[in-house]
Amino acid sequence: MATAVAEVTPSRSRTPASFRAAMLLPGALATFVLILFALALVVFLAFRVNDGSLLGAGFTLANFVTVATDPLYLTVTLRSLAIAGLVTLATVVTAYPVAYYLAFHAGRRRSMLLFLVTLPFWTSYLLRVFAWKIVLAYNGVLNSALLESGLTSEPTLAFLNTPAAVVVTLAHAYAPFAILPIYVALETIPRSLLEAAADLGAKPFTSFRRVVLPNSMPGVLAAALVVFVPTVGDYVTPALVGGPASTMIGTMIQAEFGKANDWPFGAALSVAVMLVILAVVLVVRLANRRFGSRT
Amino acid sequence: MSAASATQAGRGGWLGIYVLGYLVFLYLPVSLIPLFSFNDSIQAAFPLKGFTLDWYRTLSGNSALSGALVTSLMIGITAAAGATLCGITIAYMDLYGRSAIAGTISAIARLPILIPGVIVGISLLILVNLAGFGPSRIAIVLGHILVALPTTVVIMRSRFAAIPKTIPEAALDLGARDWTIFRRVMLPLAAPAIASAFMLAFLNSFDEFIVAFFLAGTEPTLPLYIWNQLRFPKSLPTVMALGTVILVVSIVIASFAEFLRHRGLSTAARPARLDPSQPKETARGELQWHST
Repeated sequence: MATAVAEVTPSRSRTPASFRAAMLLPGALATFVLILFALALVVFLAFRVNDGSLLGAGFTLANFVTVATDPLYLTVTLRSLAIAGLVTLATVVTAYPVAYYLAFHAGRRRSMLLFLVTLPFWTSYLLRVFAWKIVLAYNGVLNSALLESGLTSEPTLAFLNTPAAVVVTLAHAYAPFAILPIYVALETIPRSLLEAAADLGAKPFTSFRRVVLPNSMPGVLAAALVVFVPTVGDYVTPALVGGPASTMIGTMIQAEFGKANDWPFGAALSVAVMLVILAVVLVVRLANRRFGSRT
Repeated sequence: MSAASATQAGRGGWLGIYVLGYLVFLYLPVSLIPLFSFNDSIQAAFPLKGFTLDWYRTLSGNSALSGALVTSLMIGITAAAGATLCGITIAYMDLYGRSAIAGTISAIARLPILIPGVIVGISLLILVNLAGFGPSRIAIVLGHILVALPTTVVIMRSRFAAIPKTIPEAALDLGARDWTIFRRVMLPLAAPAIASAFMLAFLNSFDEFIVAFFLAGTEPTLPLYIWNQLRFPKSLPTVMALGTVILVVSIVIASFAEFLRHRGLSTAARPARLDPSQPKETARGELQWHST
């Protein structure tokens, strides 16, 4: 009888080592080599002197000193943070009502709507950004539409190559990222909480403010994170619709690994970006704890 | 009661209009690409000049374009196979491996979504140069495995989690061992999700630009080809025709992948619903990268 019980509960000792090794190998290679080792290489390179060789020569802090003291990098970093912050705010605020509708009002249309809001996620990011270039260009859609309708008498250059164009384009490109985490958070709020709030006399707005919103905060924070991280280091959008006034940190990193050919300095910039992202993740984690995350 | 439900419906109505407007905003800019790809003018501006298929005709017989297409397809299929294999094994070991290392690997595998593409690109650029083969198709494949990894791990994990524990236990009772359970029981049950993960990983790779931008050798992928064409105003209509084809292909593949994922989940969710410990969102199958 005792052996029969042992038979039913698979135990680690009976799992052959070959099975475990074979099953762990692909994931271990991908995560330890491609992610951790590659990131460690970036950190290592950031402390090296650029001598044109792959891994540089000698150790130095000069790269980080330049990043910290040269006002150019401070300006670009602050601009990247400001643009990514605005994009995150715009994306989350506009996505919340959509997620709310999906969770509480969509009914039979829910699956269809969920599919429609996530579909752009799987289409080319480059093409979505390119679409905005056609919209905003001097002889583009917006200008020609304004001329046609007689609202303006001549096309304006004011749309393309501005930081505002970057914010609008990024907010549009990352819109689908924000809806899903908020929707999942709203969806998992027990309906009994809302009924209890109503029973206790809460008006719909009060129960939204005191029950729904706090309970959905983990989703809002997750949404903010998945929008903020890729946008802060974005390269494509500033290059296509931003112009020189909206150079972002991703553009600077690319330049160091491209034309400037100073890989150690580019690595130091990357480390700085990762530190900024780490700080944001930590703040989000703290905020999550404050709101009593259920995950 | 009736007044309350009336306001409820009223609020839903306003919200419904907002959602409709949101969807229009979401799709309007992208829909301009197909619109102007049929427009008989070099400029993407209103009013439309006339209908033409000329831009699609310039697509055929373009050897640089077909070369980029072949490169993208090869990289996409290889990277999708790699990312799906990693996704299956990582998710399976995370759920059934009962070891700390499997959990760690699963957590790290979802990390790339928190790393900007530029940094993924440069870190792998250093790695492949150190490894000796430098920027090449293989380098892009490695990069795209990384980019698709969070997606495949999350899809496979939610699929494996939805399989009732009693099924592998029954197999164990009948004398099956780890390999047999994995190959004969769990993999067939997860087949629709595997197909879905493969297709979405392929799409990820097929549409990916920035990592390929850093890791491309002499053979550009399709997005890189488009990027190079964007410099020439004359080739914009051709880019829009090509973009339309890519959008249509992406939408068809993504729709099919979603269909498979939900079909697989609904067949699995039926017995799983009896288990109250089953998290609701996993049963519904929404992708969640930040479940930890």
